[in-house]
Amino acid sequence: MSKTITIINLSKHFGKVIAVNNVSLKIDAGTFLTLLGPSGCGKTTMLRCVAGLEDPDGGEIYIGDKLVFSYDRGISLSPAKRDLGLVFQNYALWPHMKVDKNITFALEIQKMDKAEMNKRVKESLAEVKMEGYEDRYPREMSGGQQQRIALARMLAYRPSVFLLDEPLSNLDARLRMDMRSELKRLHYVAGATSIYVTHDQVEALTMSTNIAVMKEGVLQQMDTPDRVYHYPANLFVADFIGNPKVNLLEGKVERKGLVNMGTFEVAVDTYNTTGKVVVAVRPEDITISTSPEKGAVEFTAYSVLPAGADTTIIAQREDISITVRVSGISHLKMDDKIWLKFDAATLNLYDKVSGKLITA
Amino acid sequence: MTNLSIPEIPFSLRFVASSRRIFRWLTSTKVILSLIMLVILFYMVIVPLYRMLETTFTYQDKDLFRVPTAEVGEFTLFHYIRMLTSEYSKPYLRDPLVHSMEISVGATGLAFAIGGLLAWLCIRTDMPGRKLINQLALLPYIMPGWTIAQAWTVLFKSRITGGLPGVFEFLVGQSPPPWLSYGPVPIMISSALHYYTFFFLFISAALMSIDSNLEEAGDLMGANRSRILRKITFPLILPALLSGFIMTFSKVMGTYGGPALLGVPVKYYTISTMIRSAINIGDKADGFVLAITLILFAMVNIYINQRLVGTRKSYETIGGRGFVAQQTKLRNAKGLLTTLVVIFQVLVIVLPIGLLLYDTFVLVPGNYSLDNLTLHNWIGESVKNINNGSPGILRNPKIYAYAWNSIRLSIWTALFTALLGVILGYAIVKGRGTRLAKLVEQLAFIPYVIPGIAFGAVYIAMFARQMGPIPPLYGTFALLVVVSVAKHIPYSSRSGVSAQLQVGRELEEAAEVAGANFWQRFRHIIFPLTSSGFVSGFLLTFITTMRELSLIILLVTPSTMVLATQTMRYKENGDDQMANAVIIILIVLVTIGNFIIGKFRGGSLKKGLGM
Repeated sequence: MSKTITIINLSKHFGKVIAVNNVSLKIDAGTFLTLLGPSGCGKTTMLRCVAGLEDPDGGEIYIGDKLVFSYDRGISLSPAKRDLGLVFQNYALWPHMKVDKNITFALEIQKMDKAEMNKRVKESLAEVKMEGYEDRYPREMSGGQQQRIALARMLAYRPSVFLLDEPLSNLDARLRMDMRSELKRLHYVAGATSIYVTHDQVEALTMSTNIAVMKEGVLQQMDTPDRVYHYPANLFVADFIGNPKVNLLEGKVERKGLVNMGTFEVAVDTYNTTGKVVVAVRPEDITISTSPEKGAVEFTAYSVLPAGADTTIIAQREDISITVRVSGISHLKMDDKIWLKFDAATLNLYDKVSGKLITA
Repeated sequence: MTNLSIPEIPFSLRFVASSRRIFRWLTSTKVILSLIMLVILFYMVIVPLYRMLETTFTYQDKDLFRVPTAEVGEFTLFHYIRMLTSEYSKPYLRDPLVHSMEISVGATGLAFAIGGLLAWLCIRTDMPGRKLINQLALLPYIMPGWTIAQAWTVLFKSRITGGLPGVFEFLVGQSPPPWLSYGPVPIMISSALHYYTFFFLFISAALMSIDSNLEEAGDLMGANRSRILRKITFPLILPALLSGFIMTFSKVMGTYGGPALLGVPVKYYTISTMIRSAINIGDKADGFVLAITLILFAMVNIYINQRLVGTRKSYETIGGRGFVAQQTKLRNAKGLLTTLVVIFQVLVIVLPIGLLLYDTFVLVPGNYSLDNLTLHNWIGESVKNINNGSPGILRNPKIYAYAWNSIRLSIWTALFTALLGVILGYAIVKGRGTRLAKLVEQLAFIPYVIPGIAFGAVYIAMFARQMGPIPPLYGTFALLVVVSVAKHIPYSSRSGVSAQLQVGRELEEAAEVAGANFWQRFRHIIFPLTSSGFVSGFLLTFITTMRELSLIILLVTPSTMVLATQTMRYKENGDDQMANAVIIILIVLVTIGNFIIGKFRGGSLKKGLGM
């Protein structure tokens, strides 16, 4: 039932602003793809183009084998003919209809018979754990409940593609956590190919089977969460993904396998590169000790921020500041001397000029 | 990642593709609606204006007497030369123009003073009865614009001007001074007492939307009260003030009723009354030159106002609605101010209607003593020497016909206007940012700058003969509907836009994704969510059309007469009591209409006004 989505050279601009710039993506059937990026990166526009709510200025979109949009052929199917469901950021429940009406609206248009319709309402409400809410008006429910109804409304007519436009961003932090697992479960059960738009990288990492990172309308990287996190394709992705942020240290490769940071050197895997580079290292990939160790570099604890499960330590050495994360509560004090050790296998090297990951 | 690419399209297919794209654009709902609106606006606004201009630049039948060599339809500047530079210029154009300006400036200033003070008292003080005043402020929308002028004549008409004595003369025993009976002063006052509500509504809305924290911040910095008023409050409500100025000024400029009742008897002509007399004696082109003058002045007025405010200062709704109004305690002045406000309301509402009503019960005109009271004017049989032999108003079948004309004119106009409002609102809001939508919005604004009587004049020029698919409409009831709908387009588009803006675009898109076509979306989503706006627009139009005079006075014929124009005709024939009875009927009908329509779906006048 689920379908592949193929996007080829998609472009869309509004006036002089290029919202989507020549993006190509192939989304396998059953994938949960997250479009991730800062606000204004074109991710929502992409989604709206797939939905058929915007007419792109170039490119093609296939849903399954069906060509739903082609600029060159002058084809653009209406949203209704694309077999997809869309959940909006602000839920977009029709305020003058009760929950059951909201859900049956699409079914009535399909001229489904009454009994089947009632069954669908029951089923979809059960799927989002909102049984018994048929008679409520949207304004009589909390934001989280409205969001569930919006999901139920989409589930009820069983589209083969789910489109979700920042569906959790209007919820409070606690509810967002709960809904993440619910959504992931819903996708797992329904198996529909899903495109999920968010600016929240934690959401992207936790829920997706694939992440497409965008910036200023250009696709930066499309990969599994694991690869996006551990092998960001460029400095933008490295910097955008991860909390606390990745450490980006500028240095120079003077001898093969060694990057000179000015006052200390870091060993890297055998990269055949020379010249100016940026070393990216995740805070949790650095080991910390309170006494000198071979290969470790001396720093000062500038600030220690325990947060229960883990502690973030800001280490300082002259004008270089590095964020380190250790599990549990650290008993370091501010201005303690510490020694940081880097693991060559966890370091990524980027070209200083192009910002691209150096792979060889 | 797989390498994705689009296969090359053969040239022949490219042409098909681009025509498909154009077709899709043309058939998208917002474009179709915009195009339909463009055609309608073109016919209702642009063509009439063009035809009017054309008329002023060509010889007309009547000019053959003046210029023997002329040929009808030939290009000429004759009318402009005649109206602007000849000996006719002073009595026909220059003097009336000065008079129009005079009363507009005077009435606007007075209306501002009254409306501003009332708004401040209602919103920012602890005066008792504020709520009531707030509601009464809408009454002038219900009363015909010339009600006070007509009541004025009942009170102050005098034998000096060759008429019958008014109530004042009857009670005091002396004629009132001539300047009080007729002329600029009474026109100014009676117009101001009607139009002050624009200022009241605009300023009170603006005062309400100003977060008084802004003023308190000034207070904390040590500014005194008048300084805060001048430097903070005033600049913040300036845009609202100027909207009030534009509206009042152009309304008074284009108003016909007041100047006709209080100016014409003493030969104090304004452009509006002059247009009517020029057209009545067959000098259509001359009348149009006057109408164009009026339009130009109204446009200059709006232009100057917009330059004064400047777009950068348009911060009408800062601070939103969440205001914490700090109320000024009136203390000692409370009693005095309250009394003054009560007296004012009596003067504006109770006294005029009371006078008009009392006059209808008078048997021998000019004798206001109690033993001269009668119901003859209402229910009497025809008597030869009373009211030129016409029967009582309620026995006169013509009055019923006119009342029915008024009602159906209002209903049709309101229906079409509200419908246009929904469509215009949809086309403009959904097309936001496109040139097409902008064009529609701007065209829809044009009737706003054309004063009522000039707009009516425009429509004489149009539709006198076949125009494309439209048959000649002059003298038909349909023409009255068309002109009334056209004049209301700016209001309907504004309220339509604000109604549409309240429906988030996602609500419609959600329905679109769910498979609903435009008609289903409109019926199930858009219309239910904008229906209170629809009803409010309907209500506002119904009421303003019912008591509209300036707009249609030039277009009515005996068979399409409505109550408002019949009032004027009775006045012109000297049947004052009949006229007063008709205006009372009109007020009653409008009030009933307001009450009934207000029952539906939360419609309200205020909403119709976009407040």
